[in-house]
Amino acid sequence: MKHLLSATDLDASTATLVLDTAAEMATLAGREVKKLPTLRGRTVVNLFYEDSTRTRISFEAAAKRLSADVINFSAKGSSVSKGESLKDTALTLQAMGADAVVIRHPASGAPHRLSTWVAGSVVNAGDGTHEHPTQALLDAYTMRSRLGRLAGLSVAIVGDVLHSRVARSNVHLLATLGAKVTLVGPPTLIPPDLRTEVSYDLDAVLPDADVVMMLRVQRERMAASYFPSAREYARRYGLDGPRMRRLPDHAIVMHPGPMNRGMEIAPEVADSARSTIVEQVANGVSVRMAVLYLLLGGKS
Amino acid sequence: MTQYLLKGAQLPSGERADILVKDGVIAEGSAKDAQIIDADGLVALPGLVDLHTHLREPGREDAETVETGSRAAALGGYTAVCAMANTSPVADTAGVVEQVYRLGREAGLVDVQPVGAVTVGLAGERLAELGAMATSAAQVRIFSDDGHCVADPRLMRRALEYVKAFDGVIAQHAEEPRLTEGAQMHEGEVATRLGLTGWPAVAEEAIIARDVLLAEHVGSRLHVCHVSTAGSVEVLRQAKARGVRVTAEVTPHHLLLTDERATSYDPVFKVNPPLRTQADVEALRQALREGVIDVVATDHAPHAVEDKECEWAYARPGMLGLETALSIAVDVLGPDWDLIAERMSRTPARIAGLDGHGHDIKTGAPANLTLVDPAARRVVDPSDSASRSRNTPYAGMTLPARVVATFLRGEATVLDGKAVR
Amino acid sequence: MALPQAALAKSILSADDVKRIVDRIAHQILEKTQGAADTVLFGIPTRGVPLARRLADRIRTFEGIDVPVGVLDITLYRDDLRSQAPRAVGPTEVPPAGVDGRRVILVDDVLFSGRTVRAALDALGDLGRPRSVQLAVLVDRGHRELPIRADYVGKNIPTALSESVKVALEETDGADEVKLYGSSTL
Repeated sequence: MKHLLSATDLDASTATLVLDTAAEMATLAGREVKKLPTLRGRTVVNLFYEDSTRTRISFEAAAKRLSADVINFSAKGSSVSKGESLKDTALTLQAMGADAVVIRHPASGAPHRLSTWVAGSVVNAGDGTHEHPTQALLDAYTMRSRLGRLAGLSVAIVGDVLHSRVARSNVHLLATLGAKVTLVGPPTLIPPDLRTEVSYDLDAVLPDADVVMMLRVQRERMAASYFPSAREYARRYGLDGPRMRRLPDHAIVMHPGPMNRGMEIAPEVADSARSTIVEQVANGVSVRMAVLYLLLGGKS
Repeated sequence: MTQYLLKGAQLPSGERADILVKDGVIAEGSAKDAQIIDADGLVALPGLVDLHTHLREPGREDAETVETGSRAAALGGYTAVCAMANTSPVADTAGVVEQVYRLGREAGLVDVQPVGAVTVGLAGERLAELGAMATSAAQVRIFSDDGHCVADPRLMRRALEYVKAFDGVIAQHAEEPRLTEGAQMHEGEVATRLGLTGWPAVAEEAIIARDVLLAEHVGSRLHVCHVSTAGSVEVLRQAKARGVRVTAEVTPHHLLLTDERATSYDPVFKVNPPLRTQADVEALRQALREGVIDVVATDHAPHAVEDKECEWAYARPGMLGLETALSIAVDVLGPDWDLIAERMSRTPARIAGLDGHGHDIKTGAPANLTLVDPAARRVVDPSDSASRSRNTPYAGMTLPARVVATFLRGEATVLDGKAVR
Repeated sequence: MALPQAALAKSILSADDVKRIVDRIAHQILEKTQGAADTVLFGIPTRGVPLARRLADRIRTFEGIDVPVGVLDITLYRDDLRSQAPRAVGPTEVPPAGVDGRRVILVDDVLFSGRTVRAALDALGDLGRPRSVQLAVLVDRGHRELPIRADYVGKNIPTALSESVKVALEETDGADEVKLYGSSTL
């Protein structure tokens, strides 16, 4: 594996290797020294064209725990905001000897483009409405550690699938790992051709779901007539207490964050024992360590 | 003036003939002073006419100029091109169209026929001075806001009506703007997978349907630019069956490439309208053979490197086309030279009102013609292009047929496959 | 022209030899550690792990003492990571009592360049601060590249650099045996 651009880059055995490696990385959290020497002398650049403190910090922690040197290159206050092209930025990073570039970008496919211009590895940390593969990996990791398996799980992904890179990556990865995915939301927000099951009725899906993944719904979608009002959205597709109680006892509730409490998820649900939202953050560091190790830990 | 004798050329009709090019026309009589070109095995076509070329001058001379675009056209077998109006400043006044016309004559490689904008600044709000452009030295007959759709139905109706006074035609870029906000590629499975905002086929089809009804209502000519969907073909087929005076063009790239190309995220494949599905490609090919689509037009759209070597969403749409169009037509239609002459020379010349072009190769006709080697194969190398830009989507592809020579009013613009100047 | 491997492989230790050696090292540990108090065995994967378990088992049999056994995966501490494709990371298991203040005995099958042990010392250091660290190996084949020696050696086997030593154990390979292979079979 040279780059991680899409969840479709991962076959079942590679994805499982990432999850297994992440499980070993996770044990580090309980140790005296929370650092490994593995990537000493390697340089990881976090190239962020969108504000995402959570994702950047997660990658930064992952790289630092593996002893890599980390350079944070954010679009704000840099040459990027002065109109430097992605290609010129890529050549700059190349000259600085970046072994890996972790890129967050508002344009779908920007990591693919970058990978054609740099010699090092490229990790997609979220591109436009395309993909966010490390999020899907940490979600899969969380499901596996909570429920013990992935094959055969029924996973409902609920909300604005159309604009969600998290949903796309999850659909691909979960299919690879043998879970059954159902997309749930208003028809305006569910692309018809993602080759997975679709339902417009959340209540019908809940009793058989092992996992419910709530996606963030941006209020500005209302302006483009994807749905009439926040209230109607919450009533039809929000996960509130009564709905949560229709889930099987073992079922978990996930959210990639940041949440709109009261919109797609009620506070009662977000704070319940079923919620894995805080775990997802912790697992994110382990999974990203695994990804960086598998990309950079061997012969380049 | 040099005389040429093209010996043993095959005509579109299939006959073989010696063609004497003398004093700007196809002549008979003594060829003793003529330079002889062995045309054995070559096909002579009437000079190709492109209804849809972006020459970028004035405004983006870094991407193309009238001269470099003309040279690319001549190398592609063209003797006339219609230069689109979306320059900077926009070709929406007699002054700008005359400038482009004059630059074309000065370059002297093809006849550059300016297209005038329908609306001031392509803004879609009020009509440009269509009459002034029509009576200018450029004698504009085609008007188009290409790049933008004349979306306002009342404005479109008025434009269709108004140009009847000078036998003009409105060439519509059919794209319902509200249905294509932020659109990046064909709406479908590939767009969903790539997370790129979709450009639905219905956004094109709805405008064509509306426009054929408007054209029918006011009894005007309508030309539809770069038809790209199977649904559009059906709308056109029905309109033509009813007798609506509508003509349509298809680009080489829509006849060959599909939306799967976007998988690389290489913006060289970004174009407007976008590359569609294989089913659309098949429907377009069939429509072109049947005549539901009248013309192959290139939509040659040069772009500077920095406008393509970037993120897909930030890249400008468009592809080079002049130097590869004939090869792709041969690839798609086969060596049906009469059909190729019809779709790429006679019909476009008629639509554009270019009286000196699109004539059969016979005595007395203007000597606008091109010689093609049908047996040649070539690998497309972007760095070979005469265009100032490099954004060909065919890089590395092997294409059939090659232009050997082109003559504009009897003067060679291309000889031995190379531009004369 | 490579001959069939069997022709060049030489058996050095039989299953019985291995059993006797494990018994002997278990006795030596008991002797040298004065009864194995506060001692933790750490097997280095792959074959150090079953060896460590056997040693613990023998010590329990001889003296009725339970010596905790851990697993110390050294993959992430190797100094040759960049020489090949990324290796899968195995589990590291630390007994509940931890390593702080304990006498740790690292257990591996073959001692060769010493680089594995160097990596294991680094890995161990990140788990805590043992009182002391010792090393037990089934075979010492020489050719050290680092200043490292074993405290308990099953058998010293002089080898050429071009040769290789393969340890097979029942738990991992179906049967116990140690073989020496000539260079031309590698």
